[in-house]
Formats: sequence, C-alpha cells, structure tokens
Amino acid sequence: MKKLKSSSDLENLRKEILSKRDPKKMCITLCSGTGCRAYASEKVNIAFQDEIKKQKLGKEVDIRRTGCHGFCEKGPIVVIYPEEICYLQVKPEDVFDILSQTIKEGKIIERLLYTNPGTGEKIIHESEIPFYKNQKRLVFGNNRKIDPKSIDDYIALNGYTALSKALLELTPEQVIEEVKKANLRGRGGGGFPTGRKWETTRNAPAAPKYVIVNCDEGDPGAYMDRSLMEGNPHSVLEGLVIGAYAIGSHEGFIYVRQEYPLAVENTEIAIKQAEEYGFLGEDILGSGFNFKVKIHRGAGAFVSGESSALVSAIEGKVGEPKPKYIHTAVKGLWNKPTCLNNVETWANVPLIINNGADWYRSMGTEGSKGTKIFSLVGKVNNTGLVEVPMGMTLRSIIYDIGGGIPNGKKFKAIQTGGPSGGCIPEQFLDLPIDFDELTKVGSMMGSGGMIVMDGDTCMVDIARYFTNFLADESCGKCIPCREGLRHMLKILNNITGGKATEEDIKRLEDLTEVVRDGSLCALGGTAPNPVISTLKYFRDEYEAHIKEKRCPALVCKELIIYYIDPEKCQACGLCVKNCPTGAIYGKKKIVHIINQEKCIKCGTCFDVCPDKFSAVLRLSGEPAPPDVPRETRIKSKERR
Amino acid sequence: MRTITLEIDEKKVKAEEGMTILQAAKSVGIDIPTLCYHEKLEPYGACRLCMVEITKNKRSRLVTSCCYPVEEGLIVKTDTEKVNKIRKTIIELLLPLAPTGPIMTLGAKYGLCEYIKKTEVEGEWKVKGFRFPTEQNDCTLCGLCVRYCAEIKKENAVGFIGRGVDRHIAILPEKGGICIFCRECYNLCDGGKFPHEAEAF
Repeated sequence: MKKLKSSSDLENLRKEILSKRDPKKMCITLCSGTGCRAYASEKVNIAFQDEIKKQKLGKEVDIRRTGCHGFCEKGPIVVIYPEEICYLQVKPEDVFDILSQTIKEGKIIERLLYTNPGTGEKIIHESEIPFYKNQKRLVFGNNRKIDPKSIDDYIALNGYTALSKALLELTPEQVIEEVKKANLRGRGGGGFPTGRKWETTRNAPAAPKYVIVNCDEGDPGAYMDRSLMEGNPHSVLEGLVIGAYAIGSHEGFIYVRQEYPLAVENTEIAIKQAEEYGFLGEDILGSGFNFKVKIHRGAGAFVSGESSALVSAIEGKVGEPKPKYIHTAVKGLWNKPTCLNNVETWANVPLIINNGADWYRSMGTEGSKGTKIFSLVGKVNNTGLVEVPMGMTLRSIIYDIGGGIPNGKKFKAIQTGGPSGGCIPEQFLDLPIDFDELTKVGSMMGSGGMIVMDGDTCMVDIARYFTNFLADESCGKCIPCREGLRHMLKILNNITGGKATEEDIKRLEDLTEVVRDGSLCALGGTAPNPVISTLKYFRDEYEAHIKEKRCPALVCKELIIYYIDPEKCQACGLCVKNCPTGAIYGKKKIVHIINQEKCIKCGTCFDVCPDKFSAVLRLSGEPAPPDVPRETRIKSKERR
Repeated sequence: MRTITLEIDEKKVKAEEGMTILQAAKSVGIDIPTLCYHEKLEPYGACRLCMVEITKNKRSRLVTSCCYPVEEGLIVKTDTEKVNKIRKTIIELLLPLAPTGPIMTLGAKYGLCEYIKKTEVEGEWKVKGFRFPTEQNDCTLCGLCVRYCAEIKKENAVGFIGRGVDRHIAILPEKGGICIFCRECYNLCDGGKFPHEAEAF
C-alpha cells in the first residue's frame, strides 16, 4: 500500500475506489452490530454466502456486513441497495426468497417489510420507517452504509477529507476556533465545551501532550458508543487525529472496555488500515504532523469512565478517581496535559470541519448544538439507538420515534443519562432535551441512556435498583459515596420490604444531600439522582410503601399477595400445575385457592392464568380475603 | 517562591505557591478536621472531612482543602452550615464502623458523642446514638497504612481488596514477613484494625 502524501492523493484514491464500484449494482447490506448478532445475523450471513454461490449470483450482487443500524428491536436488518428495500427480522430461512424473488425478479417480499402498527401499512424503504424518518442521523448514519472493517468504504463516503482539510489548510488555532464556534459540548455526560478543553490542553506548558478516546461505556441499557466504535471506527479515528493536531499531541489512547470484543477488533483493524494509508504515523498526508494511537483495554469498571480514574487505569494503576482541582487537561496522564473526550464527541469533529461551524450551529438549542445519540430502551415499542437534533422533545422521541408504550399502557416516567440520571415524570414530556434543560428538572444528559417506564413500574423499586448498581460500582475510595450508598441501599431495601418508618425518609434525604455534595467524583456526585428525583416527583409512592405498606404499582414482592378471585376462576388447573411450591389447592372443577404461607410470590400463577379469565389478582396494602368454603367452590356445569 | 494572599474565615492569610488550603489554614491556627490526611503522604482526598466552601469568581463550591492548591484572592469558609452537615454525617457514618478514640473526638466536636469522666484519669467515650447502624469492623479505609507502606516504606505490603462496599485492606501474604518487624503504620491507624489484623497474621 502506498502512503498518501497529499490531498490530491486522497482524492485520487477515492475516485479509484468509486470507479471500481457500480452504483447500480445490487448490494445487500446486513446489519452485524451487537444487537443483530444476538439475533443470529451471523447465521443469516452464512446463509447468504451459501445461497449466492448456489444460485450463482456472485456477479449480480454484493454483500456487505455493516455496523449497527439502530433499529435493534427488529434485527437482523437487511437493506438492499440501490433501492433501499428494507427487510426486518430476517431469518436464515428467508434468504432463499430474498435472493430468488427480490434480487432476481425485483419482487418485494411483503412479510419481511415493516408494518406500521397503527395503520397496518407496509413500508418498503428504510428511510420512510417512522423510527428513522424522524431522526437526524449525522454521526450514526454512515454506520449502515459501510463495512467497519473496510477503510475503502469510509473513504468512498468522503472519509478523511476533514483530516486532509484540517492538516493541510488550517492551522491548529483555526481548528480549535472552528470547534469552539460550533459550540460542541462533551457527549460523555459533562457537557463541557470541547473547544475550550482543547485550548486548555494546547496552552498547558508541559510536553508531551496526550489525547484519549473514552469508550468505557458501562451504563445498563446504553450502547451508543459501542455501536459507533464497532460500526464506524474511522470516524472516531479521524476526529481524534484532527483533535491531536489542534492540541499539538503526537500520542493517543483509545480506552475500550474488554467486554466490547467487536469494538476492540474493529478498532484494531481500523488503526492498521489507517496506518497503511498514512492517516496515522509519520508525516500524515504530507503535512509533517506525526501521530500514533494505541488501544487500551479496560477491565470493565463503571467508575473507569470518570476521567481521572480512566487516566489511572491507562497508567497501569487501579481505576480510581483522584481529586482533580488541577484539570486533566493540564495535568493528566503521567501528569502531562491530556485531552479526554467521549467517542461521540470525537466523531462529531470531522462533521464540523467538513461542513463548518455555522452549519453545525444551525441545529440544536441555544446552549446545546448538533445532534445526540440516545439509547432508547425499556417500555417502548421501538427500542434501539436514535440520533436526534438537540431540542427535540421527550414526547417526540418516545411517541414519534419510539412508537409509544407497548400494549397501550400509560407512560409513567423516563430515566435519562444512565444509572445516575433522574426519573422525569409525565408533566415534563414536552421538555426540549439539551444539557441544561435536563439538569433543570433533576436529571442529566449523561452519555445518553433513556429508559422508558410505564404504569407497571414501581418508582421506589427503580430507585433501589439503580442505587444497588451504583453501590456495586462505586470504587469505595471516599466515605460519602461508599458508606452513604451502603446506607441508602439499606433504607431503600427496607422501604420496598415494608419495614421502613417515616423517619427513614428523613435519613434518606440527609444521605442524598451528603453523597451528592461530599463525594470525590461525579459517580458519587450524581449517584443520589434516582432517589432525589423519585422522592421529588413520586413521593406519594414512598409514603404508600411506608405508611400503608402498599406498593401502588404492585411490584414489591414483600408488599403484595396473590389471590384467586373465586368468581372469575374457571378451575382449569393451570396454576395448580405450574405453582413451584404447591401453594395452590384445588382440582379441575374445584375453584383454586392460594395458601399464603406457602406462596413465594413468584408470580407464575399470575402469568399462566389465561387472559380471558384473569382470575389471579395482585393485592397490596390489604389482607387476602378469607377463603371461600369448600362446598361453594365446586364448579357445576350450570354455573359455567 | 511566590506568595499568595487568600482569605480563610475572614482572615487574610499569606501562603506560598503550591501549598494547599489545609496547610495555609493550619499555618494560621485554623483547625480543619481530617482523617486520611498525613503531612508526609500525598494528598488523598478520600475522607472528605476537610471539605471547605470556596468562592472564586463569585461562584462558590465545596472542595477538599487537603488537595486544593491556594489561589490568589480565593475566599475560603471552613465552618459553614453545608460543610458542617457533611462533616457531621460522615462522622455519623463512621462511628458505628470504628468507634475508637480519634473518631470519637471528632464526634464530640459535632455533638455526636461525649466523654464521661469516671475519675480524674479514667473515663470512657459514649456515642449518643447510631443513626446509621452497621457492622463494626474497625476500619475507615482512610488508606493511611496502604499509602504509608507504598510511599514511605516503598514495600506495598498492604493493599486494598474489593470494590465499593466490599472494599477492605489486606496484607500481601508474600510481604507479611516485613510487617512483623516494621509495624510503622500501627500508629497511623485511626480505626484500630491494623494492629489487630497484623498480629493475627
């Protein structure tokens, strides 16, 4: 491979790549992101390869394995270009039909298309599916078009032109000025202005300087950094090299967690390819600028996403935060100026350089510009990764893109920003999301997790779940976080277990304040958010648990009982057969009753009772009604 | 060395560049409670008892004075309501864990425990009530033993094990032999766990 030495070399390479590609030739793209892999997209790929050989279609059609498309709910996703026919939930059995009907005859296979659940209408083109239609996919959009293992795919889509522009046409100061003007803010959660961070690092007197990509995404239910790193590693690399040039750094690290094997693999390949073309290494694109990058695999600690902990981890020490009254930008890795940005932040940089700060500023709100990728999960119809302009309302995200709440249930709350974000209630559904608005209502942007909850969710239980996660992931260094979370969890366990007193709420509130204000790092500083926000918006639920020993959402095991309504029970025997502890008495034709002493509240009877009977009830805050006498339990034919 | 003037508790204080707020306060006799701080060791900032409220550019925030370097014109308050609430709650969290002399003395300052004199020389500490009861394990995880062994003795014979609520200290079996003769960290231990642990080892 010849190294590229100028912008015209890059342009010629791009033309050469494009000349070998026929835009009219059919290309089957198959999503091979982590979500689709879990749905066996690997098997679909093998089936395609075999079937293409069998039907001798090798010359008519290409197959490309792309990164995550985002609509993970409906994976594996197959999109056939140039027509952009989108097939969802494709199984290996469907491959024969796709090749023999769509590829050979141009026929659309109806059963694999997206069906609009409201109207029943079938949608052929990927971009017209409501989930995609309402998004603005600038950073994430190329994921579906390129094979992450092929640098040529990236270059074909104007990849590395921003690098060439930055290195050969702009001075480092101009690059920083552009990023500052675009008002790009850190996508890892803090929302710190990226340009200002770069400038601080550039102006810090010591050398060498380092740049770091933070890909230690550890939130439950969030996977946007992972999908970007797996699906389009070159966009992150390009942003990183541009940043390094602006800062004056010649060495960088990509911190990826070990639990993301595909991200590690694809990034390794990307670095190797970029080195071969000369986008990394000595004298990049003939500009005289040198830069090299290494991958550091993290050992999967949530706290290592915190900048000072991450820096410690790269230094080879335990990933624990340090008090950083002197910024990492001035004294970071090995006490040298270090600029650390999140994956998504770096991936935004090439867009800004290519299209200009004014274009970037045209999207978003007053304080937050551009787009943000969210991981939309929980009780929502279309789960997946969504990229929207800043300022879109929560309602649009949940209902227009997410397709609303399953089974027509009522929305209750949305938790944004990962485990240490707050729960936002219905009254703020029209909130335009940006860094500042979310903070105002007691939550945060965080890395962009969004967990939707419906009426069946107990907010006290949710607070307990997240506190449990954070107590587990706290490094244990400082006392407020370690001991505070330990006692917060104890109190929350008491509340959900029906053992709490009213005094406990006061103790809980005292702790949330001290943990928030007293902790060493942002993990502790934000850890009480789930408790603070649920106490603020759902205090009645806490009070019901404590005063009435009642769980309004019927979730907390210790506070509910299962009861069979004798009027509704059809004595079918299903629950008797399935009860794991033999707590249900009754036979066919004899109405069943539950022995509360034997019942372990697993909920099996509730699940197996046929919907048309719905005889098993959950009760909370009241004792089970007395059992009906045996003689009235016999179901006669007449009564039926 | 440049001299920096700052204000601590409405007192003008002159300090050398590179000093911490804690050192500057000590130099003029302002007492800030600490647990994990030791003048021979690198600042650690884990016990959070030395928190103070600083005002810079009209914005105030809470920082640990053992780590924060003095800055020109900085306004420091060591005794605000917020600071005291944090300190008091931290001691409340520590008392059931390690009810020993140094922590009781701190507790007495915030009205959490008292010293009952029996005779002129003898007496005992009493805690007024444990608001956050937990199992006593005599260790506050201040890390003094771990850091002393690493930074001063350069032996690394003691270390932390586990994460979060499971964190505890342990002696490396291969290095235990050194501990029998050294014992220099015994005097540093506030919770009283270390001598006990090491003897058992």
